[in-house]
Amino acid sequence: MPYPADLKYTKEHEWIKSDGKTASIGITSYAQDSLGDIVFVDLPKVGTELAAGKVFGTVESVKAVSDLFAPASGTVAEVNGELATAPEKINKDAHSAWMIKITLKDQAELNGLLSAADYEKFVAEEGGH
Amino acid sequence: MPAVEAATPAARKTALYAVHRQMGAKMVEFNGWEMPVEYPCSGGLIAEHMAVRTAVGLFDVSHMGDIRLAGPQALASVQHISMNDAGRLAVGQAQYSALLYPQGTFVDDVIVHRLGEQEYLLVINAGTREKDFNWVQENTRGFDCRVENLSDEFTQIAIQGPKAVELLQKFTDANLAGLKFYWLTQGTLCGLKNTLTARTGYTGEDGFEIYIPSDEATSVRVWNQLLETGKAFGCVACGLGARNTLRLESALSLYGHEISDTINVWEAGLDRFCKMEKPEFIGRAALEAAKAEGLKRTLVGLEMVERGIARDGYKVLSEDGRETGYVTSGSPAPFLKRNIALAYVPPESAAHGSTLKVEIRGQRVGAQVVPTPFYKRPKKS
Repeated sequence: MPYPADLKYTKEHEWIKSDGKTASIGITSYAQDSLGDIVFVDLPKVGTELAAGKVFGTVESVKAVSDLFAPASGTVAEVNGELATAPEKINKDAHSAWMIKITLKDQAELNGLLSAADYEKFVAEEGGH
Repeated sequence: MPAVEAATPAARKTALYAVHRQMGAKMVEFNGWEMPVEYPCSGGLIAEHMAVRTAVGLFDVSHMGDIRLAGPQALASVQHISMNDAGRLAVGQAQYSALLYPQGTFVDDVIVHRLGEQEYLLVINAGTREKDFNWVQENTRGFDCRVENLSDEFTQIAIQGPKAVELLQKFTDANLAGLKFYWLTQGTLCGLKNTLTARTGYTGEDGFEIYIPSDEATSVRVWNQLLETGKAFGCVACGLGARNTLRLESALSLYGHEISDTINVWEAGLDRFCKMEKPEFIGRAALEAAKAEGLKRTLVGLEMVERGIARDGYKVLSEDGRETGYVTSGSPAPFLKRNIALAYVPPESAAHGSTLKVEIRGQRVGAQVVPTPFYKRPKKS
């Protein structure tokens, strides 16, 4: 499967990996492929409160600006500083290139997200037209 | 009653559409045309851009339009509608120009090619094909000159980059190395007789644009042959994405952005292509008046000095936060590795080194006025 089973996914093409208390967030390989070469990422500062489903930053390719939507609510605990100077890491390995780590407000929110199998099906349907 | 939806006309396709799809190109609709924006098999936009700057790239630009003017008053017709001086053109020479409205603003920019004693070819933008043809016909009615819309007759391919000469030379006996920049030749190319090859382009690199018959078989054969032979030179297929970043680095105007029907020649900084010593051309009087009034805004190059990418339409602000202008085109520059933009600002903010802000999604990000073009190709030693 192209999408790791230990991650959960959103319809906006973010992934979230949780250990219960904290979670890392990134974008999927489908997203980076659609965008093309990523040249810029704009991420929130440590301490920022995120609300599930709301925009928390942007990712940009040469041609496009794409909003990042929070898969879950929480507080930003860590930001991946590497992406400021090497955003292409996201293209190289999107499912490892975490953007932010958050302390989760409510673990139960993750139950509403897509499994790897569901996300793969969703992407196949979206790419169909 | 249910709403009746107007049918949107389906986007047009060039003769090379099937090839682009077969190559796996990412497609986009541009001005009514279904065009490749980038090719994953070429490595994508940035790789395509770099290939043109260091080797050679191939572009399908068949969406562009072509208008031929021929007859005893072909030159007079061109001189009436075009701001540059076509009287300077020898047979086989071309020049950048523009068609203007009486207000001195742009109908379109154009490359005027002198194909023969009494024969000129105007190559125009895709989005303005119909508008331009109607404009040319209307405004040359009184002249002894035949005006033909040849836009659908040609597949137009651009071969751009330092290796363009070497690559294209394989396909013709014409001495391409000896063909000066902005000159053209008509001869046998890729086995096709009487084919127009012009040393022109929209990338800031050396290169050629070829005009071949638009039937699918010929178009596909030539495209594939160029790509196949081009492999030895590092040639890749390039899409509209790279076409835009290349022309932006070279500060070349794009209709609807730097030039339009509400912008005049002086504002756009295209003075050197506008020959006011010509006694008459459409727009001349308005341009005289505008010159006397002085510039209210002027096109400048911007480079981001703080973190952020200025993009088309973003507001430009003075250092103290007043809105003073707007970005006409903005993007990361793949070769220069900086974020650049072209923008209209008041003349008092236009000096090189002036510090301005660009509003990027609510944030004011620092930028600086820099000389253009941002990129100039190295002179051959």
